[in-house]
Amino acid sequence: MPSRYQPSALHRFRRIAANQLASALAIASTVIVVAPLVAIFAYLLFKGASSLNLAFFTQTPKPVGEPGGGMANAIVGSGILLALASAIGVPIGIGGGIYLAEFGRGTRLANFIRFTADVLNGVPSIVMGIAIYALVVLPQKHFSAFAGGVALGIMMVPTITRTTEEMLLMVPHSVREAALGLGVPNWRSVLSITLKTASPGVITGCMLAFARVAGETAPLLFTALGNEFWSTSLGEPIAALPLQIYVYAISPYNEWHRLAWAGALVLILLIVLSVALVRYVTTRGVLKGTA
Amino acid sequence: MGVGIQVEHLNAWYGANHTLMDITLHIPANEATALIGPSGCGKSTFVRCINRMHETNPIARVTGTVRIGELDIYADVSPVEVRRRIGMVFQRPNPFPTMSIYDNVASGLRLNGFRNRRVLDEVVERSLIQAALWDEVKDDLKKKSGASLSGGQQQRLCIARALAVDPEVLLMDEPASALDPIATGAIEDLIHSLKGRFTIVIVTHNMQQAARVADMTAFFSISKGGEGERWGELVEYTTTETIFTNPADKRTEDYVTGRFG
Repeated sequence: MPSRYQPSALHRFRRIAANQLASALAIASTVIVVAPLVAIFAYLLFKGASSLNLAFFTQTPKPVGEPGGGMANAIVGSGILLALASAIGVPIGIGGGIYLAEFGRGTRLANFIRFTADVLNGVPSIVMGIAIYALVVLPQKHFSAFAGGVALGIMMVPTITRTTEEMLLMVPHSVREAALGLGVPNWRSVLSITLKTASPGVITGCMLAFARVAGETAPLLFTALGNEFWSTSLGEPIAALPLQIYVYAISPYNEWHRLAWAGALVLILLIVLSVALVRYVTTRGVLKGTA
Repeated sequence: MGVGIQVEHLNAWYGANHTLMDITLHIPANEATALIGPSGCGKSTFVRCINRMHETNPIARVTGTVRIGELDIYADVSPVEVRRRIGMVFQRPNPFPTMSIYDNVASGLRLNGFRNRRVLDEVVERSLIQAALWDEVKDDLKKKSGASLSGGQQQRLCIARALAVDPEVLLMDEPASALDPIATGAIEDLIHSLKGRFTIVIVTHNMQQAARVADMTAFFSISKGGEGERWGELVEYTTTETIFTNPADKRTEDYVTGRFG
């Protein structure tokens, strides 16, 4: 016996149609989101892959007119800048997030910090470069890798702080109570339980911030400056991939244009690689059935 | 071994709400004591005052004295120290989601800086045996997350975690209310096997449960004042048998016979 509440044929048709329409829209949106990414990557491969060779990774730039040369100094320079930036941005960012979510909740200081972080997130990166130029480069009287690392590090802070806060707030209250109920001091519970439970999201936030500053050019223009030669000193100007790409791309030479494409490809590959590596290392120990 | 709990003139507030009015209650050592009463009568607040979890809520306030054995917990020691000596099991199982079964049980000791591997192994095994979970999990101790267990197993895991720090008192805030009847039965059997070694205070909505597990039962109720204010108070506290067969107070009788609540 059919239910008395059987929907009419028309109603059923409309429901099925609406369902299929919604699915189609979702798929279309996915394609629209992913397509530019794939297109950019494919175009980079197409333009840059042919200029990639061993010399690109092992040699420093050659003067105009001489063929060959590479971006070894810029690759290493970017690595140094990003390491320094992460050493500054990650601890301060996570620390700030912990303060906002756990200790300062509802206080005026916390609201002020949150507001500042959001504003800082919206500050154009060139402004950050000028600020660090005034605060670090001018007093030291020279451009340096240190100044570049500081500029990138400060740019990482607001993103990491806000994601850390959001992720900590998502940890259920019951988990915090469990730790407190065991006689664990609050600071210990925050570090070993709450932060650990939220760590996948916190790491994602750090990776987002890292990937963002890895491609930044503007804040490095007046800080790290760039360098045609080998330098790994924090006190000297240092080369960086985005800077090198910028200089080569606006130059009038075809050879340099090709190197700029190759540099862009390498930059993206390095970002993807480091994010994948961090993901791999941090998810290795995760247990079966972890919620 | 467990110790008795002496509660004198305890008052508790959430903001302007007077949740508990002047509770005086002596809970005997090494027995199970049940707290029953309608929703909102303050029985959960009461147990949270015994291990000073109440005050973790910023708007909460408490007055009066609570003695655990000889120790005045609001005068002599820090809340962290109190909670180390009084274990708590919550309404919903709350294992640490990123930790293995082993790490969950060992967490109380580890987070307090205890690192001796051999002793930890022993404590984890003893606690899981006491919580009647050992046989079900002994092969997956370090392989599975605490969150991968069933609800009833998770709750026994939480009991094992509480027992691992060797508390003198075990507070249970409706430990079976989120569980099915079979898991509930396992928890009740567990309470039977634990009393005698620990002082157990169990909040329950379920009168049959109180009758099955508790030696003493306290009945809490809600009283209303003239201007709409309401507070929880202790109506009657005696042996479980008396509460259910021969209550002295009319309100207790109405509640246990199902006429109210």
